Amino acid sequence: MDINEIVKPENKVYSRPKLLTDETMHYCPGCSHGVVHKLIAEVVEELGLEDKTVGIAPVGCAVFAYRYVDVDWIEAAHGRAPAIATAVKRLRPDLMVFTYQGDGDLAAIGTCESIHAANRGENIAIIFINNGIYGMTGGQMAPTTLEGMKTSTTPYGRRVDLNGFPLKISNIFAELDGTCYVTRQAVHNPACVRKTKNAIKKAFLNSMKGLGTSVVEVVSTCASGWKMSPADANKWMVENMFVKYPLGDIKNTTEE
Amino acid sequence: MEETRLMKGNEAIAHAAIRYGADGYFGYPITPQSEVLETLEEQMPWETTGMVVLQAESEVAAINMVYGGASCGKAVFTSSSSPGVSLKQEGISYIAAAELPALIINVMRGGPGLGTIQPSQADYFQATKGGGHGDYRLITLAPSSVQEMADFVFLGFDLAFKYRTPAIILADGIVGQMMEKVVLPPQRARRTNEEVARQCPWAVTGKPSFRDRNIVTTLELEPAAMEVINDRLQEKYRVIEENEVRFQTYDIEDADYLLVAFGSIARICQKAVEVARSRGVKLGILRPITLWPFPSAEIERISSHVKGILVVELNAGQMIEDVRLACHDRVPVYHFGRLGGIVPNPQEVLDAFFDRFPEANS
Repeated sequence: MDINEIVKPENKVYSRPKLLTDETMHYCPGCSHGVVHKLIAEVVEELGLEDKTVGIAPVGCAVFAYRYVDVDWIEAAHGRAPAIATAVKRLRPDLMVFTYQGDGDLAAIGTCESIHAANRGENIAIIFINNGIYGMTGGQMAPTTLEGMKTSTTPYGRRVDLNGFPLKISNIFAELDGTCYVTRQAVHNPACVRKTKNAIKKAFLNSMKGLGTSVVEVVSTCASGWKMSPADANKWMVENMFVKYPLGDIKNTTEE
Repeated sequence: MEETRLMKGNEAIAHAAIRYGADGYFGYPITPQSEVLETLEEQMPWETTGMVVLQAESEVAAINMVYGGASCGKAVFTSSSSPGVSLKQEGISYIAAAELPALIINVMRGGPGLGTIQPSQADYFQATKGGGHGDYRLITLAPSSVQEMADFVFLGFDLAFKYRTPAIILADGIVGQMMEKVVLPPQRARRTNEEVARQCPWAVTGKPSFRDRNIVTTLELEPAAMEVINDRLQEKYRVIEENEVRFQTYDIEDADYLLVAFGSIARICQKAVEVARSRGVKLGILRPITLWPFPSAEIERISSHVKGILVVELNAGQMIEDVRLACHDRVPVYHFGRLGGIVPNPQEVLDAFFDRFPEANS
């Protein structure tokens, strides 16, 4: 029996957003990327921005983000997405322009581009996935890797005397006059998913209203990189990542 | 309307770009090309044509802004000088791989390293042989006058859009800094977003319901598919090599010896040719205007009736490799170069010529 014979349209309370393509995602089970992709698709649809949206994809696991959300995309060199977004938004101020970047992309190799785009107050939204590790290249240390956290390049745990401190780059963004909205969210339970969706919506609206740069950090899991089950990764994130990266708005100048 | 002015080569680039109807400039200050950005900021084209001008935080950011602007189908460009152009190589490789039209300007100074702020031609290899990673080519235009600085902005943009590939104006610090008369063409209108969408169906514009999404990417993990992409790029480069070779010759038809030089040095060599001819030595000169594609066929043709070739460059010997490949070493090919920012005068060129070809003096 087909599922559509059981589930009548009038009883349907939820479905995939139309902008999410049918392509099978390459992400690992338990990864946060898929949820955030879905939220972006939902928000673009709900705001009616399907024909006004340009996404800038990063280098990292989300390098293939353009396969999954049915809007125009530019795939950037590692870390350069905010520079690309700057030009797109300056040349096409009528478009909603967002970057989608991981911690290595945004907070290591692309620090210069991201800080300066935000400091200029470019009217772009930055979606920042912080899972404390380089997922795509096989689990190396990221700038946001926690102290003591084991990665393939800190096999005995991150030592601050050797590797420096975990970088709270969103707090730096909040200090810049060019940012209008900086928030840190997560997607490990339904309540947090709803909050993250609202944050993305606010960031996209800020881009259209020309209020400045918005940053939505999503503290995320990387079950494969962390070498945990998805459930354990969620638990570990709550107990460890949230201590260093507490959830909530860091800056919001857009409220009346 | 057309206007005749006296200005520096760098200033001519800025004025020509505005008049071309360029959509955006993204740059970072570096000597000896900072007048490009300074002139644009002073002209405030955003008030007249709507052109975007932005001082970026680095050359890396600037070239990626060009990547972003070009992805929108816009006519965008950047300029820098040698150390800065090294920083741009990552972005240039991506722009070539993504098959985007863009214009890059290198007003060369002496290297390697920080080198000097004085003129040089030592980035010939970088511009013509790839520069960044991967198998790609840049259409390379070498201006020898302030007029050509302006003209090649138009030509560079036109070729970049014609072939959807980056073009570079490889100028030296002399043409960037010297002042000459220049005829600036009339102002052209910038293309509207609708015209861009029509002319560049590949551009990201926000996805309308009637087409599939446009993706500008340089990634392809499937080896067979990656090879197809590379084959297509190489095919495009062959078409450019067939159709876009440009050069200028002077006194070559009865020449016994040939000088080959590009950029400002070609003008010094032209004077050397005049002096030599006044002494009865039949010297001619070929000036490649496109360094890639290189005028190999013409050099091969001339090499069949000259006794020797002297390549004059402000480097340790770079273009000479292409000259030797072109004439298959059928005739002796020698090099004369000055390094470190020193520009030779016509007499030094002649001295070098008679040193390499003493039999020419008899």
